[in-house]
Amino acid sequence: MAEVLDLVLRLVLILAVFLVLPLIVGQTEHKVMAHMQSRLGPMYAGGFHGWAQLIADGVKFMQKEDVVPAAADRRIFSIAPAVALVPYLVVLAVIPIGPGLVGTDLNVGLFFVLAVMGVGVLGSIMAGWSSGNKFSVLGGMRSAAQLVSYELPLVLAASSVAMAAGTLSLPGIVEAWEWWWLPWQAIGLAVFFIAGLAELRRPPFDMPIAESEIIMGPMTEYTGIRFALFLLAEYAGIVVLSALTTVLFLGGWQGPLLPGPVWTLIKVFALAFVVIWVRVSYPRLREDQLQKLAWLGLVPLALLQLAITGVVKVALA
Amino acid sequence: MCDMMRNVARIPGEGLAKGLAVTLRHMVNKSVTQQYPEVQPELPPRSRGVIALVEENCTVCMLCARECPDWCIYIDSHKETLPAPEGGRPRARNVLDRFAIDFSLCMYCGICIEVCPFDALFWSPEFEYAEHDILDLLHEKERLGSWVETVPPPPAHEVGAEPPKEIAAAERPARPSTGKTAEARPRRTEPADRTPGPAAESAPPREAGAAGEERPRRMAARDVRAIRPPGALPKKPEPEGAPPEEAEPRKPEAPESGTGGEEPPKSAARPERPGPEERPRRMTSANIRAIRPPGALPKKPEPKEPEPEEPESAEPESRRPEAQRPENGRGDEPPERPGSPDSGDSTS
Repeated sequence: MAEVLDLVLRLVLILAVFLVLPLIVGQTEHKVMAHMQSRLGPMYAGGFHGWAQLIADGVKFMQKEDVVPAAADRRIFSIAPAVALVPYLVVLAVIPIGPGLVGTDLNVGLFFVLAVMGVGVLGSIMAGWSSGNKFSVLGGMRSAAQLVSYELPLVLAASSVAMAAGTLSLPGIVEAWEWWWLPWQAIGLAVFFIAGLAELRRPPFDMPIAESEIIMGPMTEYTGIRFALFLLAEYAGIVVLSALTTVLFLGGWQGPLLPGPVWTLIKVFALAFVVIWVRVSYPRLREDQLQKLAWLGLVPLALLQLAITGVVKVALA
Repeated sequence: MCDMMRNVARIPGEGLAKGLAVTLRHMVNKSVTQQYPEVQPELPPRSRGVIALVEENCTVCMLCARECPDWCIYIDSHKETLPAPEGGRPRARNVLDRFAIDFSLCMYCGICIEVCPFDALFWSPEFEYAEHDILDLLHEKERLGSWVETVPPPPAHEVGAEPPKEIAAAERPARPSTGKTAEARPRRTEPADRTPGPAAESAPPREAGAAGEERPRRMAARDVRAIRPPGALPKKPEPEGAPPEEAEPRKPEAPESGTGGEEPPKSAARPERPGPEERPRRMTSANIRAIRPPGALPKKPEPKEPEPEEPESAEPESRRPEAQRPENGRGDEPPERPGSPDSGDSTS
């Protein structure tokens, strides 16, 4: 009974985190992006500096008509947002927030996380294909191409950390982490973060969405709550990517003075800020630049990181 | 490997870092957004928000209505005959019945304000008069009058700039030709007082005070300069040479063209009547000097004519005919407008 209660409690907590953190990140994005552009951003909803803007947005989205195009593949079209969103929820279940504070400690956690995150991209491919819209198909194809290109450096960079820690368990990696891993895994950190951004299709890697050329890519035909789910998936993706980077490369809950979970949250939000910052600062990459960056930049770098990790590991052993 | 390194070195390049620095700097700095409905914008004093009407100054000369490119000014008036003053004859003057500006037509060119010879129209920076019904954008004279209190003071003259003509004229009292200056003063000062808003009033007095200290010096050297401003110069020759000729022919014309021509000047001229006795003196004094002060200029024609009243009226007109006559072709039209009732009245 106690085990069941414990499990339920953990799941509820994870669900709460899953629902709250993306909203906070979304609100932060609104305000940070606005101030970086010398604007104020939302100022009215909720009274104090528009803190309730995303809630108001959610209410608005729910009231909107849910349109399914006649040419669409109805069933695929309907479940695509869920396919995009749920994997991030699942990933959160294995990410440790503090010592012992983890949904479940899988001993193949890293493998599990990378596999499930790849599924998230499937959502946008499904959405693109099922919409019966040429822009959506284009966007879906770009998503697929991006997934294929960037999954490789992502996995390579993550495996470098697994090599260094000698375990695939996420809490195990955090426990094995030492401060000097920062310079040691610096290249891996950069590769992992950039590749993760591309997986999320965040600017400057938002070629699949590219509203200036293919409207909204896979989301073109979506309205109302389904569209909101895609947006939520994007913010949840930011949270998951930041948390994963924190756990793998920044030592998770490790840090002086403050308790572990606080450190985790600080690092996660700092990384989320960087995600937003990069979005505001850089223009979108062209499709060929995108592929070039992955295959000529990130993959060799990730291999280099693997080599460095292996050499240092052997030298230390 | 080396190639890769180079590639890599290009990726986190200087440009990327600069981009991040720019956005970060903007985030830290204060944003430029003005929260308008909560915080009123600070508008420069010459902002063109709405047009204010000082009803007392309006003489129904119709200049504004004629010049308006959009024809969005509507003026109605009727004539009233004032009982004859002692030794005079009864005078007719125009009384403003309606003055309306249709801000749904107005293009805010400001020509009406530029052209108004009697300081009856002013810009106000007030701009919040949007309406749900376009018909409500037609502001009648009460509404136009209510904008007057929002008219800001005119910006101060630059340091060392010449004083305004009115003040220069008002400061001339010490001159030999006392008759003229005496007349000139009351005139110029009055319009200044009339100008709307506390601001307008406050500004000229300051300048006058400042100018007053300098008076002695100016008398000698600056008189000439004071006269020169382009507005004042061209008018002198006409009043001197032409006054009798022009003034008489106009009378017949005026009734035809309607109220626009004659009547306003009369109303403006009335306060000055007491002066007729002094005019002959001017004539005797050196003509040139007597003419020069901008305030005194228009009055010269008066002394020459036996009839004091009409020449006075001619002063303002003497300016107009130059500007108006070419337009008289147009001038015939205004009577047909909504404002036309005047013309009917005036002719009758």
